[in-house]
Amino acid sequence: MSAVLEAVGLAKSFGAVTAAADINVTVHEGEIVGVIGSNGAGKTTFINMVTGYLKPSAGTIRFRGRDITGLPPRQVVRAGVSRSFQVSQLFRELTVLDNMLIAFGMLRAERLSWLTPLATPERERDARAVLARYTIESHAASLIATLPQGVRKLLDIAMATVGSPTLLLLDEPTSGVAVEEKFPLMDTVMAQVAAAKAASLFVEHDMEIVERYASRVIAFYDGRILADGRVAQVLANADVRKYVIGTEIHRARPQ
Amino acid sequence: MRDKSTIGLAITLIVLLIVGPFLPAWLRFVGTVSLAYALVVLGLVLLMRAGIVSFGQGLYYCVGGYAAGVAGKYWGISDAFALLALGAVASAMVAAALGVLLSRYREIFFAMFTMAFSMILYGLLSKSQALGSTDGFNVVQATFLGFKPESASVKTWLFALTLLVAFGCAIAVQRYLRSGMGFAGEAIRENEIRVEYLGVSARRVIYYKYIVAAVLASLGGGLQAMAAGHVGPDTAYWTTSGEFVFIALLGGTMHAGAVLTAAFVFDLVKTYVFQLSPYTWQLSLGVVLLAVILFLPKGLWSLFDRVRAPREPTSRVKASG
Repeated sequence: MSAVLEAVGLAKSFGAVTAAADINVTVHEGEIVGVIGSNGAGKTTFINMVTGYLKPSAGTIRFRGRDITGLPPRQVVRAGVSRSFQVSQLFRELTVLDNMLIAFGMLRAERLSWLTPLATPERERDARAVLARYTIESHAASLIATLPQGVRKLLDIAMATVGSPTLLLLDEPTSGVAVEEKFPLMDTVMAQVAAAKAASLFVEHDMEIVERYASRVIAFYDGRILADGRVAQVLANADVRKYVIGTEIHRARPQ
Repeated sequence: MRDKSTIGLAITLIVLLIVGPFLPAWLRFVGTVSLAYALVVLGLVLLMRAGIVSFGQGLYYCVGGYAAGVAGKYWGISDAFALLALGAVASAMVAAALGVLLSRYREIFFAMFTMAFSMILYGLLSKSQALGSTDGFNVVQATFLGFKPESASVKTWLFALTLLVAFGCAIAVQRYLRSGMGFAGEAIRENEIRVEYLGVSARRVIYYKYIVAAVLASLGGGLQAMAAGHVGPDTAYWTTSGEFVFIALLGGTMHAGAVLTAAFVFDLVKTYVFQLSPYTWQLSLGVVLLAVILFLPKGLWSLFDRVRAPREPTSRVKASG
């Protein structure tokens, strides 16, 4: 498998505060990587750097061999790296279908149209098909403000996949989602990732979800990578258990 | 695609072109001025739908008027189309330069910067002896592609031209609002981060919208200057820009037709209230604005939506009305 993402020596400082230091991550084609770490460990900072929201203080990011270090989000997305957000980033006053139509109008077009309508029958058909694949088509006419958290998360992720990314970064896809909805949500998302043959890197606090869906885990602590390897190996690591997981592994599923 | 809005606006235009010559002169003049205002507000609405308010559209209204005035006074150009084109080009150039800075700002910062630039132009023109300083100067009588109407009928021809330009722009704006670029504005207003992650530069979208708004404002300024036969620096004064914002709030930003309606209502109310109470007309307009904000926060156009049957689903992208 060839590498799709190669982050080398990434660092990010905000004044005297170091949010990330010496981050080296390689993600291969089709790989599903779980990222764990306590709050403030540098997980989201890493995603923000890779997707262009933050410019690294040091280091380089290569995507499929191309240097994307410091590119703005819109260029990183067009290169093939997309992301979802811990807090869903949606157009709240519009419906689910409208959100998806805008995503299609922006990501699937070279440039925005000036006089031709955004909503065309073909675009609506495609938008509804994506909503159906993410099991949220029944909410197509609902306004975002009325949606449960799980649907918002799925829409947030579905919109990120409209451009057919090669690498999908998911920032806490199950946070704020009801316990009983977490596994169905991840099943849906991972089925789509597998169907698209994309690689994915997801940040997660729930170790049961990490164990089930990731083929590899990276543990962050205090802005650095504490461990990187196979799931069982990393979760058994003494330092990871001490600094990241704690003595009791957090489980989502009720016993 | 022919949607209901295009058909409605086109029918209204044809009716007004037919009845225009039979209207009383004062009403034609109010109509011309209100449509000139409407052109400015159409551009302002594009910005407001993207979540930014310009308190300085008077800048381009003024540039459009002065371009017509200067071209007639110094270069001997009297053709209305050429005067409008000159104003549009001048405004686009100014907007392209200022937009580089302004597209970086949002909210009150954008509003204040736009007002500041407009007031700078006001200051410059007020001190310019060659352009009549605070008094301004007269604008040449317009001709139309070589046709020179008699003085008595010039304003009727200008009314027809203003109708064509304003309704033509309204139809184009209405189509634009339903386009990808149009909805990019709403998307930016609601979530600029998501827009960036959908591969679109929010700053560039704002930049283009600002230039389009400037060109529309210059058309309004040029037409108003030709209709009034005079141009002055007060067109760039902040209270003029405030009137454009007033009209946008009065009509709402939902439809280009709302802008045309609100501009006419505004000018009619202003004309009558000024005659009845020349010293307190601003107070009366303030009360009107307060009532609209309290009872029709989405503007006069929301009355149409109240009359219509409730529509489900509530898709704004798909709605073609």
